[in-house]
Amino acid sequence: MSGGSNVTPALAAEHGLTEEEFERAVAILGHTPNLTELGIFAAMWSEHCSYKSSKIWLKTLPTTGPRVICGPGENAGVVDIGDGDAVVFKIESHNHPSFIEPYQGAATGVGGILRDVFTMGARPIAILDSLRFGSPDHPRTRHLVSGVVAGIGGYGNCVGVPTVGGECEFDSSYDGNILVNAMCVGLARADRIFYSAAAGPGNPVIYVGAKTGRDGIHGATMASAEFGQDAGEKRPTVQVGDPFTEKLLIEACLELMEGEAIVAIQDMGAAGLTSSSVEMAGKGGLGIELDLDHVPLREAGMSAYEIMLSESQERMLMILRPGSEAEARHIFQKWELDFAVIGRVTETGRLVLRMNGEIAAEIPIEPLVTAAPVYQRPWRRRDPEPEIDPASIPDRDPLDCLRRLLCSPTLASKRWVWEQYDQLVMGNTVKRPGGDAAVVRVSPDGKALALATDCTPRYCRADPVRGGAQAVAESWRNLTAVGAEPLALTDNMNFGNPERPEIMGEFVGAIEGMREACLALDYPVVSGNVSLYNETDGSAILPTPVIGGVGLVADVRDVVDLALKHDGNTLILIGETGGHLGCSLYLREIEGCEAGPPPPVDLAAERRNGDLVRREIHAGHITACHDLSDGGLLAAVAEMAMAGGRGATLYPLPMGLPRNAFLFGEDQARYVVETAVPDSVLKAARAVSVPARVIGTVGGVALTLSVAGAISVDALKAANEAWLPGFMARA
Amino acid sequence: MKAVVLIFPGSNRERDVCAALALVIGHQPVRVWHREAGLPETDLIVLPGGFAYGDYLRCGAMAAHSPIMREVRARSDRGTPVLGICNGFQILTEAGMLPGALLPNRSLRFTCRDIHLRVENNQTIFTCGYEAGQTVRVPVAHHDGNYTADPDTLDRLDGEGLVAFRYCRPDGELAEAANFNGSARAIAGIFNDSRTVLGLMPHPENAVDPLLGSTDGRALFDGLVGALR
Repeated sequence: MSGGSNVTPALAAEHGLTEEEFERAVAILGHTPNLTELGIFAAMWSEHCSYKSSKIWLKTLPTTGPRVICGPGENAGVVDIGDGDAVVFKIESHNHPSFIEPYQGAATGVGGILRDVFTMGARPIAILDSLRFGSPDHPRTRHLVSGVVAGIGGYGNCVGVPTVGGECEFDSSYDGNILVNAMCVGLARADRIFYSAAAGPGNPVIYVGAKTGRDGIHGATMASAEFGQDAGEKRPTVQVGDPFTEKLLIEACLELMEGEAIVAIQDMGAAGLTSSSVEMAGKGGLGIELDLDHVPLREAGMSAYEIMLSESQERMLMILRPGSEAEARHIFQKWELDFAVIGRVTETGRLVLRMNGEIAAEIPIEPLVTAAPVYQRPWRRRDPEPEIDPASIPDRDPLDCLRRLLCSPTLASKRWVWEQYDQLVMGNTVKRPGGDAAVVRVSPDGKALALATDCTPRYCRADPVRGGAQAVAESWRNLTAVGAEPLALTDNMNFGNPERPEIMGEFVGAIEGMREACLALDYPVVSGNVSLYNETDGSAILPTPVIGGVGLVADVRDVVDLALKHDGNTLILIGETGGHLGCSLYLREIEGCEAGPPPPVDLAAERRNGDLVRREIHAGHITACHDLSDGGLLAAVAEMAMAGGRGATLYPLPMGLPRNAFLFGEDQARYVVETAVPDSVLKAARAVSVPARVIGTVGGVALTLSVAGAISVDALKAANEAWLPGFMARA
Repeated sequence: MKAVVLIFPGSNRERDVCAALALVIGHQPVRVWHREAGLPETDLIVLPGGFAYGDYLRCGAMAAHSPIMREVRARSDRGTPVLGICNGFQILTEAGMLPGALLPNRSLRFTCRDIHLRVENNQTIFTCGYEAGQTVRVPVAHHDGNYTADPDTLDRLDGEGLVAFRYCRPDGELAEAANFNGSARAIAGIFNDSRTVLGLMPHPENAVDPLLGSTDGRALFDGLVGALR
């Protein structure tokens, strides 16, 4: 069978295996692998599938909590939301494919994350997309934005799952390596979660969904390497998505899950049939035999190697209870999907592949899974940035600065993006994109989920620990700002080449900061994804640990948004303002300077301030609320004014701080709230020692600063809405 | 009151319209899979939004040839009202049950947002819940909603009161900018000759709950159910 293999260390290196890894594979097999076996080892031991650089650090994150049903390690995380319901969610990157072929790369990113969620028995109810593109001046950026947004819409709209939120930012560090992180949230019954561990030797292994073609071969290994000038040549390794088939697959799987037929189920994602079969058998401590002659193929003449490594989309692997094949086959035929018995579970602990009457590969599963290399890569901390003295920043007209910030790529309205997504299908979208968090109703009695994605990569570059903590804190704050109780998060760790100590240092620092914040805020990590080697020609992206947060709303009628509601209401600033301009958007956009440390993250204050805001929202004292982030206080008030279509007047500023440090500083743990009962809010704040200050009143058609004149809300809105459509329309 | 909602492979707004109808009639409509041989007895047939057959070939083209559509046409000929929303409207034009066709939006992009409609004819079972000329705010979510027909057909639709809704400004005035998808004469929805078939691109079923932003779609279902009761 494997005798006479002509696989060499050089061929192994082409597959991304180091010499030492190849030797380990030979030792496990007891002989030189054949080509199919080599392909399987390379895929399973790729960074993408094995997490070999990140594993030891990911283990330090808190992953448990009273509501957590299933943490990392399965297809998605599962959290109890009461009444027998569970929320199932995960975020995943599709960065490399989306750079090479933006429409299909982004579309299949959405398809993959949907499958991770419905594999567990959940109906997908929401999608969010965290996108990062290169500089608007880069010649490819417009093409990439256009393709990625159309691809996400093309897939999500067709499968009928609303896209309710996300981010879209621009920075030159992503010029050669964009980030497309897709998050899916699903709803399941807490006692009907499906897992992937194989069980029951003799049970049939079933292949369902689309046919297997030659697309996406080596996707996992591509996602584990840097790009060079030849990125375009990798186009054939990008998968092609078919949302129509996915829609049928969702309905068929959920219909089958109503019964008792399924023992275990796993989607075929990265490394396709290889990773799904190996992981299912590995988790069950069993073996698996597959007859590749029975795999539904799109084209004749495919080799065992190609069949095992194809990343054709919209496919699932299931293990059924004996005797339930007929029931399952009937459901999949109704939905016009392929259904094939392709193997069985065994007690041998071995992966055995048969084709054309011969054994095409045979590998012991336990060492393939557990002896995967784990690296403790060297890492180095970055020197801290010197503090920025706010008094050293020139004084400028605040309203002019505000207008410029609102039409900067970071703060400019992303309406052009989200209007290409169906935000409303399923009829439960209570708060649409554009606010701090989207809100999606999950039951007729008013239970709802708040959803957001967050990261401030420039903070993470300047100080990875603070940046990691800030990303978690901002996620928690965004959920709090609509009145939700933050439950748990999913993380998408996007970094450069981990073999470089300074990049590994960014990763290690971000994890450390995230860990501190997760612990302080009781906000565990229940799922996630790591995307390394986001570099082109040796230049790394900003460290980007994207946090996808999920919060619970008991009664959706209690939710608030950021739109100012009534003239005469009072604006109150919650939290301490120190005028922190280091790493701020103001410094970057107005002074053209990216310097200084990011704002400190005081997690105790974060918690105290947020808990107060949430209580006051539930008490009905707050009519609008917005968290303070990029652009600080004045950007937040302007966003509230634009959303509500009404103005506000800010009172004279406190003495002691330069005015633009007060107005644009990015100190954390702050919110602006609108209230008709300011005394109640101030009293509640005093009772728990939370800083709260009346800063102005709502009314009129302009944003008025007692120190600097006025600008009409319409003018702000025009500036804010114009940038992205204008950019995309430019030839 | 009995209502049937057809499900094609790729339909995806059936839940939304079932929920809207259930709100008004007090129970869930019957969902009928497209391959079933016949339709149960019903007072209303709904073709929901979505991407039947993935919009492959042309939006609605393959669903229009689904076996169940013969039965839909037969029931419609006997007077059973038919409501086609978004993809349902596309299917009805492909099936020849409504004139004209839906082309890609002028922007060539999928567009999901709230828009305003003017009620052009309220003397029908579908629109009797509205005032004539009333302006309503409902969402759209489509890539191919740019209504087109030959000039004679457009003249006939206008002349015979067969235009149900037009895209308009919030104040009810017609304007180029308000006709976001470029439809001929800003047409958002039309009736057949007997006014027992309505096809429209916007989604009144997503505007029946104050929590979700608008209740302006509710009157369509209230009026329809009232007229059929």
